[in-house]
Amino acid sequence: MAEISSNLLYSAFIIYLVATLVFGGAIKDKKTEKEKKQSKWAVMGFGLTILGFAAQLGYFVTRWIASGHAPVSNLFEFTTFFGMMLVGAFIIIYSIYRTAALGVFTLPVAILVIAYGSMFPRDISPLIPALQSDWLHIHVTTAAAGQAILSVSFAAGLIFLVKAVDQTKSSKQTFWLETVMFGLICTLAFVIVSSVFSGLDYKESFNWVDKKGKEAVMEYSLPALAGPHKGELLEGNFEPIAEMPAIINAKKLNTVIWSIGGGLVLYGLLRLIFRKRVAALLRPLVKNINLDLVDEISYRSVLIGFPVFTLGALIFAMIWAQIAWTRFWGWDPKEVWALITFLFYAAFLHLRLSKGWHGEKSAWLAVIGFAIMMFNLVAVNLVLAGLHSYA
Amino acid sequence: MNEVKCECGHVNPHGTVLCEACGRVLDEKEKDRKLVDMRYEGSARRSQTYDKTIVDKIWNFFSSVKVGIWLIVITLIASALGTILPQEMYIPPNIPPEQYYLDEYGTFGKLYVEFGFHNLYGSWWYLILVASIGISLVICSLDRVIPLYRALKAQKVSRHEGFLKRQRLFGISTGANSNIDLEQIKINLRDKRYSIREEDGNLLAEKGRFSRWGPYVNHIGLIIFLLGAMLRFVPGMYVDKVLWIREGETKAIPGTNGQYYLSSDKFILEVYDKEKDKEVFSDALGKMGAVAKNYQSNVTLLEREGDAIPGEEPNLKKVKDYSIKVNEPLKYDNYALYQVDYKLDELDKMHFNLINKKSEESFGEIEIDLYNPKLKYELNKGYSVQLMNYFPDFEFDENGDPVTKSPVPNNPAFIFKMFTPDNPEGEVSFVAIQQTVEPFGDNEYKMAFAGIETKNVSALTVRKDLTLWVIGLGGAIFMIGVIQGAYWNHRRIWIQPKSGEVWIAGHTNKNWHGLKREINMVIKDTGIHEPIDQTQEQEKKIS
Amino acid sequence: MKKKQRLVIRTAILIILGAALAYSLYANLTKEKSEVLKLNAEAPDFVLTDMNGQKHKLSDYRGQGVFLNFWGTWCKPCEKEMPYMADQYKVYKDQGVQILAVNVGESEFAVQSFIDKHNLNFPVLIDAKDEVQSAYQVNPLPVTFLIDKEGKVVESITGSLTEEGVQKLMERIKP
Repeated sequence: MAEISSNLLYSAFIIYLVATLVFGGAIKDKKTEKEKKQSKWAVMGFGLTILGFAAQLGYFVTRWIASGHAPVSNLFEFTTFFGMMLVGAFIIIYSIYRTAALGVFTLPVAILVIAYGSMFPRDISPLIPALQSDWLHIHVTTAAAGQAILSVSFAAGLIFLVKAVDQTKSSKQTFWLETVMFGLICTLAFVIVSSVFSGLDYKESFNWVDKKGKEAVMEYSLPALAGPHKGELLEGNFEPIAEMPAIINAKKLNTVIWSIGGGLVLYGLLRLIFRKRVAALLRPLVKNINLDLVDEISYRSVLIGFPVFTLGALIFAMIWAQIAWTRFWGWDPKEVWALITFLFYAAFLHLRLSKGWHGEKSAWLAVIGFAIMMFNLVAVNLVLAGLHSYA
Repeated sequence: MNEVKCECGHVNPHGTVLCEACGRVLDEKEKDRKLVDMRYEGSARRSQTYDKTIVDKIWNFFSSVKVGIWLIVITLIASALGTILPQEMYIPPNIPPEQYYLDEYGTFGKLYVEFGFHNLYGSWWYLILVASIGISLVICSLDRVIPLYRALKAQKVSRHEGFLKRQRLFGISTGANSNIDLEQIKINLRDKRYSIREEDGNLLAEKGRFSRWGPYVNHIGLIIFLLGAMLRFVPGMYVDKVLWIREGETKAIPGTNGQYYLSSDKFILEVYDKEKDKEVFSDALGKMGAVAKNYQSNVTLLEREGDAIPGEEPNLKKVKDYSIKVNEPLKYDNYALYQVDYKLDELDKMHFNLINKKSEESFGEIEIDLYNPKLKYELNKGYSVQLMNYFPDFEFDENGDPVTKSPVPNNPAFIFKMFTPDNPEGEVSFVAIQQTVEPFGDNEYKMAFAGIETKNVSALTVRKDLTLWVIGLGGAIFMIGVIQGAYWNHRRIWIQPKSGEVWIAGHTNKNWHGLKREINMVIKDTGIHEPIDQTQEQEKKIS
Repeated sequence: MKKKQRLVIRTAILIILGAALAYSLYANLTKEKSEVLKLNAEAPDFVLTDMNGQKHKLSDYRGQGVFLNFWGTWCKPCEKEMPYMADQYKVYKDQGVQILAVNVGESEFAVQSFIDKHNLNFPVLIDAKDEVQSAYQVNPLPVTFLIDKEGKVVESITGSLTEEGVQKLMERIKP
């Protein structure tokens, strides 16, 4: 069962990749914006997306059966589930608006999210007592669904920006848009670097001294550019370039360095080859886009996603926290960041009321909102210590 | 006072932009614009119209959405700051925070404490921020909902030409107006669940007006939620205590004013077993080591019968037996007991043999209850042991004297006096774990360690929270309001036949795409042309 | 007329909101204080048995001042103030001041050894089930409550006392 499950996830991943390319074909094919009939490519892309979604749903169900609990209990499971929800949200929004470009932008984000999640340990692990509750399924799935729908707003916002930002001259807008692209590329770099070294079965281990002065062993799965405090290489043959103070988690920092470094290389290559900004490179994909419509898609996704997110990430979360942790709210970092997300989108919705916060500004807000959610997913789990550190 | 009488005869409050009844543009500045601003139906927001006294000024400050947004953004940033380092409540309680943050996080940690960020969410200024959001919610809502209600109630079917023309969706169908089938439109509109009003041949089709109240409903929910949070400060509403209870012990439950007692039968810790649990877990278990499967305290809840003052032997009646697990608290009478922590194998009893050092012959075993040791332990044949001193948590103080750090038997030590027929005066021996000292020279006899008995201890959180239902009510109302406002929209379609033409205008508070599609379906085969989206027309002209 | 009405309504709403804020702030700032026993209120009654098997009920001491001390044998500052209490008790016993020293639930052996070591001359009670400590919201030790002849808690002092301090306190509750 576990075997079938991981194969299904793998096929879903491939199908999403193909679907993205097919949606790309749809854009090329589409002549005019007024054309009411969908192009064959778009129909095919959408069909493939649904197929991929079904495959991933199959992964989810089989893994659930195999483990006896909903597979949302660690970082790998949650992140891939979030990717699946993102595709699901895309399917809903696409069936309302039928915009092929949305597929070209949403699916790669979903693929990246799933690939990122797959870099974490994939073993099926049993539930610790705190997680043994039906609220695990209820809370986590609704929260992920809410975040996913909100993320579609990011994809729509990105489309808006790629089209609306003037690429003929360099400006603040082009800089920040490139920063967003760079962020996505760094994630890609992280996936590539991690896959390559885990494919090579690369290992290094160090004897090191922690901040309390105790000796411990630290294992690296990437070559250590940043070595641990007073680190002594035990296994492997790559001496670290720099040694970190004890207060810093050298292993995590090392991964960050690899991701950013890899991202810089990839980004640099793209710029060298095409002699254009990455956002400018994507421009042909959005040439037929009606800005007003994407703006509405972005706003609509927030409108649909906000109640779902509130229900899942705050209300259900509070009910469960009252049962498992004795209090409905305890200012745990994950809780606070869910509140921050809530406040941010509340501000977003209020800003839409005032004049001038439509279009480009709104698109930037959608991008920031996504950044906040990714921070909550990545940094809060891995960096800020708290009750939610299950990975 | 300063009321504005529209040409249609309707009297509007001062500051009205669009006549409540006919929609005629009243504000001179608005007249030049291509599209009307439909926010709050162009009604008079009172806050913006009076600004005289200090009360008005404060009121107007909180009535501004802009201020509200700023408050949200500031709260958001402040909240983020508090997550950089763990809050005070998550650090070990026995170290002063200044020291802990300095040790763990260096100078940054020290600064963090100096700014008070280690207790950010309990600080007065964070409370003021949240309260200001609450005040803003009340005032913003009051200031908008009343005029909006008036305007929606007063709206007439026949709207002024200028109003229709300045709608985002607007179109004129000319020529073959004999073909225009208004009856069919009405049927189509009804199919789409529009409620239709007619006046002089003009139509107003409207649906989803209730969604306009969504924001105000959710604001009410939030206000109730915040009130619930405030209620916690009221004495008697909230209890948060911890009860450490050993197996076999009966204790008053703190926070219940001596009304409830708990006796613990057993604490159970289970871990996953690679062999016995599901095979799919074996890889993960192999890597992770011991993974907890269950924390459980088997307890009996007892209630005191009748009045008893503290210290008096209470008359206890059993209420129920229960197994408290994580996620399965024991709930009774507004109280809930949660499994939160434990200590395994705490020393409970110690056994010693009195033996002759040379012959190693034993003259009997004594059992010392570490929580209630006896003064004297009698053995057979004239042998006995007297406990001269007992240090449950033994250490040497600065003078080298044996003392105890705490009343908990973490490291018990004893001073025994052994009485034997050979030494009727007694021999003194100091016995601690793995060490024996004979202060007055060599003894003939010794107390030989003969085993321990241990007990597990459960930590349970005692919680009473009478604010929960208020919080829950607020949350539920908030959700209803958000859904009401987000998943429905208020759509209106005006259709007016005018001398050989038919005018159509449409408005929705959100989801224009949906309205356009709906209008297309409604006007299908009726001879009316699709209205034009005037914002897009404008944009096209610009670009 | 309308204007006045508006002003009144606005003022009323602002006052209500302001009061709610002020109350929350006050309650938040005094949160820690609310965790301790209220002063100038009636002292919670209790019954405990001393080492000689004699019952002591607090309300039976109405008309006398009661010097109520909570302590533990391992607690150094508690140990330090014990002799001062014993000394002053000799003086004030006959002037209507009663000392009740409540041990926080240790074994009789430990308490008796402590009494013998320090020659304590006042009743020592053991609160085995933590009920009295809970009623007096005792947390750090030692803590002393002064109860006047009407049975009201006059003051609570956390931490070790000097001989002079003990004497002053006894003077305060002398009937």
